[in-house]
Amino acid sequence: MNAKRFNWPLLSGFLLSVFAFLSYFFIFVWFPSTRNFPWANFLLFAVAGVLLLFGLKRTFGETRSKFSKVLGSIAAVLGVLICALFVFGFFVFAKMIPPSKGAPQVGQRAPEFTLSDSNNRPVSLNQLLTSPTNGKAPKGVLLVFYRGYW
Amino acid sequence: MRGIEKNLSTLTSLGIRPVAISVDTPEVNRGFLPKAGYTFTFLSDPDVDAIRRYDLVHAGMGENGHDIARPAEFLIDANGVVRWVNLTENYWVRATPEQIFEAAKLVE
Repeated sequence: MNAKRFNWPLLSGFLLSVFAFLSYFFIFVWFPSTRNFPWANFLLFAVAGVLLLFGLKRTFGETRSKFSKVLGSIAAVLGVLICALFVFGFFVFAKMIPPSKGAPQVGQRAPEFTLSDSNNRPVSLNQLLTSPTNGKAPKGVLLVFYRGYW
Repeated sequence: MRGIEKNLSTLTSLGIRPVAISVDTPEVNRGFLPKAGYTFTFLSDPDVDAIRRYDLVHAGMGENGHDIARPAEFLIDANGVVRWVNLTENYWVRATPEQIFEAAKLVE
């Protein structure tokens, strides 16, 4: 393939759609403004879509081999599928979580527990509420339950 | 979690002690916390004991079908009473530092 015939919009569009997908997990998840609604990823997908369209236009608008047309179509379809997978993952799969109807509600007493910290020391909720932080007893304890990193 | 670490001094000055809870073992946390730069308390609940008491079990979603916690945040006042709850409907969407500062006013 020589430089003149090389279909860079198609390749970069495809690679950008891969990046648009992966960048959420490696970059944008770390900032609340890009995490809680993945607008930055959608922007990247939109640019990838435009590049793929240009690439397809070039593939089908010029006299190219059947092979490059098939390859171009596959790249474009994969790009769209990657975007669809991202949308599904964020808006459907990530919402498949239990309703937690029995979780303690505002005004209720928080259930007591004793768990190990990272030094294997047992720590109770009562200790967390009473032992000093910054020299004084805390006004409140913020419990953050998370899925874990395994 | 990163937002909490970044705003740790503000939270501490507001009298709020953040505590993270997951099924990760103390050994996993010991390896992970310094690498990720976390300095606040992380507790281990591998048997989903506290996680079950707070009705936050997400059955079979962990490694090898292990039960894990669904994400959730609770602010508990000095008397042990829940003052604020955030049960996300999407596990990528978490409480922002601003929401937590707002909630902190409830225990002033």
